[in-house]
This record gives sequence, C-alpha cells and structure tokens, in this order.
Amino acid sequence: MKKLSFLFLMLLSFAVQAQESSPAMADTFRKEGKIYVVVLVLATIFAGIIAYLVRLDRKISKLEKEN
Amino acid sequence: MRRNWWKILGVLFVGYTIVAGFLTPVPRMNILNETIRNLYFHVPMWFAMMVLLTVSVVYSILYLRKFNIKDDVISSQFAYAGILFSLLGMATGMQWASGTWDSGTPNYFGWTGDVKQKCAAICILIYFAYVILRGGLKDEDKRAKISAVYNIFAYALMIPLLYIIPRSDKVNSLHPGAKGNPAFNQYDLDNTMKLVFYPSVIGWILISLWVANLFTRYRLLELKKENAL
Repeated sequence: MKKLSFLFLMLLSFAVQAQESSPAMADTFRKEGKIYVVVLVLATIFAGIIAYLVRLDRKISKLEKEN
Repeated sequence: MRRNWWKILGVLFVGYTIVAGFLTPVPRMNILNETIRNLYFHVPMWFAMMVLLTVSVVYSILYLRKFNIKDDVISSQFAYAGILFSLLGMATGMQWASGTWDSGTPNYFGWTGDVKQKCAAICILIYFAYVILRGGLKDEDKRAKISAVYNIFAYALMIPLLYIIPRSDKVNSLHPGAKGNPAFNQYDLDNTMKLVFYPSVIGWILISLWVANLFTRYRLLELKKENAL
C-alpha cells in the first residue's frame, strides 16, 4: 500500500512538472465545459446589442420616410 | 434587406468570432497564456477606428472642395464614431496590458506608461479637441470649414503617433508589432488564429460602419427638423 501511494505521488509530481514545462492554459476549465458558459454569456450580450442596433436602424428608416 | 447585406455580414462575422475565438486552439505561450485571445477583440477596435477616421478625413476634403454641408455632417459623425472605437481600443488595450506588461511601477487600471499607450492617449486627446472645437463654433459654415481643416491635421498626426513613434528603436515599446518584441510574428504565422482574426477585423469594421451610419442618419434628420438642411 505504501509503495502504491509512493508511486501515485511520483506520478502526480510528474504530471505537475509536465504542466509547468508548457505555458499554463485553462485546460481543466475547458475540460469541465465551463468555456461554453462564457461563450453563451458573450453571445447573449452581443445578440442584445445587435437587436438594439436593428431597432434603432428601423426607427431611423421610418423617420426618414416620414420626412 | 438587399441593401443591408453588409450589416448582416458584419453581425455573422463577429458572432462567429465570439464562438470560435474561445473554442479554437491557440498557441501556448508564456505570459500571454489564454489572454492571446484578446487579439480577436482588441485589435479590430483599432482597425475599425482607422477605417472610420479615414472616411471622416475623406469627407472633410470633399467638404473643402464643394462646401456641401452634408459632407461636413458625414465627416463629423464618422469622427465621433471613430473616437468611440478608439476609446474601446484604448480601454481593452489597457486591460490586456495590466495582466501582461510588468512595468515595475504601480498599475492603475492597466496604465503602464508604455510609449504605445501614451501615443494612443495623445491621439485620442487630439480628437477630443476636434469635438470641443466643433462645440465651440456656433456659425455653421465657419464650424464646418475650420473643423474640416483641423480634421486633416489630426489625421496626419495620428499616423506617426500610432504607427511610427511606438516602433522606433529608441522608445522600447512593449506592444507587439514593434521591433524586437515577441508575439506578433509567432501568432501572425499561426493559421488557426488567422481564421478567427481576419473575420473578426472585417466584422468589426462593418459593424463600426453601421454605427457611424446610424450616427450620420440621425444627425441629418435632426438638421432637417431644424430646417438647416
């Protein structure tokens, strides 16, 4: 059991080293799928802003026709 | 609908970058790490500003040739929209810099005192002066003439401030693209980033043109109501 846990610790330290040798990226974050939440939030805000722009464009077009 | 195709294209391109910008792989680099994705959003702001201010200066020249007040309206509204995008570019640049440029001095909202930031700030102040100049002149023709001439000078000053001084060997700007700095060459060559970056630039330029177009049409309506046109 002791041997096994020692081996496990060794492996873990190797894994940590391997991660440090290449620049840190949000790998775990991506694996958990949380990046989709970020994309969804940004897409929602963007959709809202575009909806506002479209509405503004239509209102101005209407005023242009009336004049 | 057929006349609005470019607006739809802009929205599609930027919508695509919001999704692809976060989901596609990027080069793994020290210091930058995931912030490299800011390239998709920060740089297009400056591209958009550049296009809007170029349109603005072209209409200033057109105004000075024909003295048509409509050219002055287009010129001024495109300059205002350009200032909006320059402020967005400045803010996003400072936010990005606050996490990546260690200047060794206290960091207030990402102001690192880098040459690129100083020059960009001077450029924005020059355009603020344009807004103030227009606000200060009541006579319409005088305002149009003086601000058109000022706009040409402001544009001519922007080129060295943004593209020449920060790239000089003597000033050591940390901003990528300047000589002796890492990053731009590396990600310029990365083909997956190009697939997101170029659509983003085109998309934001189109959206910025849409915004400036709305500014202009609104101002023209306002003038029509005042019977000034």
